[in-house]
Amino acid sequence: MASLRDIQSKINSTKKTKQITKAMQMVSASKLSRAEQNAKAFVPYSEKMQEVVTQIAASDDATHPMLQTRAVKKTGYFVITADRGLAGGYNNNVIREVYRTIQHQHASADEYTVIAAGRFGRDFFRKNNLPVAKEIIGLPDQPDFADIKQIASEAVEMFLEEEIDELVLFYNHFNSAISQEVTSQKLLPLTDLSVESGRSVQSMYEFEPDAESILKVLLPQYAESLIYGALLDAKASEHAARMTAMRSATDNANERIDDLTLTYNRARQAAITQEISEIVSGAAAQQS
Amino acid sequence: MSTVTASIVTPDGPVLEEDYEMVSCTAENGELGILPGHIPLVAPLKVSSVRLQIQGRTDWVAVSGGFLEVRPDRITILAQSAERASDIDVDRAEQAKQRAEKRLQEKQANLDKIRAEQALNRAINRLDVATNAR
Repeated sequence: MASLRDIQSKINSTKKTKQITKAMQMVSASKLSRAEQNAKAFVPYSEKMQEVVTQIAASDDATHPMLQTRAVKKTGYFVITADRGLAGGYNNNVIREVYRTIQHQHASADEYTVIAAGRFGRDFFRKNNLPVAKEIIGLPDQPDFADIKQIASEAVEMFLEEEIDELVLFYNHFNSAISQEVTSQKLLPLTDLSVESGRSVQSMYEFEPDAESILKVLLPQYAESLIYGALLDAKASEHAARMTAMRSATDNANERIDDLTLTYNRARQAAITQEISEIVSGAAAQQS
Repeated sequence: MSTVTASIVTPDGPVLEEDYEMVSCTAENGELGILPGHIPLVAPLKVSSVRLQIQGRTDWVAVSGGFLEVRPDRITILAQSAERASDIDVDRAEQAKQRAEKRLQEKQANLDKIRAEQALNRAINRLDVATNAR
């Protein structure tokens, strides 16, 4: 059995770890509520954007390369992970899903490329010699649109210049503070527009100068805003995942402290009992 | 005088939502002044200022591109970034301007040049709005 002092030092170190995980849990909790606010602030923009885009796309003569499906020779995967770990399965879930999709869909590395947002994703794809076309790391916990603007517009440009023929987003969708799920979303070409909401609105717009040139400005902005929306969603999931991971770490630390305290008390009692029986037997030996 | 509700929305949240008598802005092919009851219209905007007038007062907002959506009772401007004149950080805009100018002087690849020009445009626009609104 471990000595009393060993157990005591184990208890102390576990307590310190617990303090850290508890602090991280609380930090993530407050970051999560900020992230949820950010996601909420984004909703009016994205809704309005979608409304206008669907209406214009639904109008008769408007065509644009971003609306047209073409034969897929090369697929772009836009993968959003975190820069840091300690978030449970957050990073691994996304990466595994992307990896599986790639293995499943593509025979050679010429058929796809990865755009990585977040250090974990980038490192994984590099290490496994998968092509990484663009990357961005060091995104802040509460990203602004300006932070993602450049890589988002580069990704859209890749599509427009036919470097890639479709763009698929992979990220953790935020269901609730305790549940996040890996989601893949086909971003480009924009095919699922115009079906439901397009016809319902009566007002038809005048276009200044014309529908086509508006689409040229509008669609890249729309696609960028979708990427930003996914990033906000992913960030909320990241904080939620980290909060949950840290909460269970704290719970585990508590459990371990309880176990160790129990062992410590047993050992202490055993030592006392042993001392008493030594004294008693010593005294008995003297009397006889 | 009749008014129209104008709102300016960015990905980082709404910037402004109030009633105005007239909204003027610079679209890709010229100045537009929108009064209440305008027919539905969509137009892309330049990196420019938006002037919103009510009762002799004018509010200035700097927008970096985006577009304008007009309905008879409602004007919405969707921009990737927008600041009210009072929210503009003049020092930062000044620094951004100098940075962009410097980058333009160093002759670089095309893409960087375009980016620097855009950045310069945005910085100048912010400074303009901040000084005009005063």
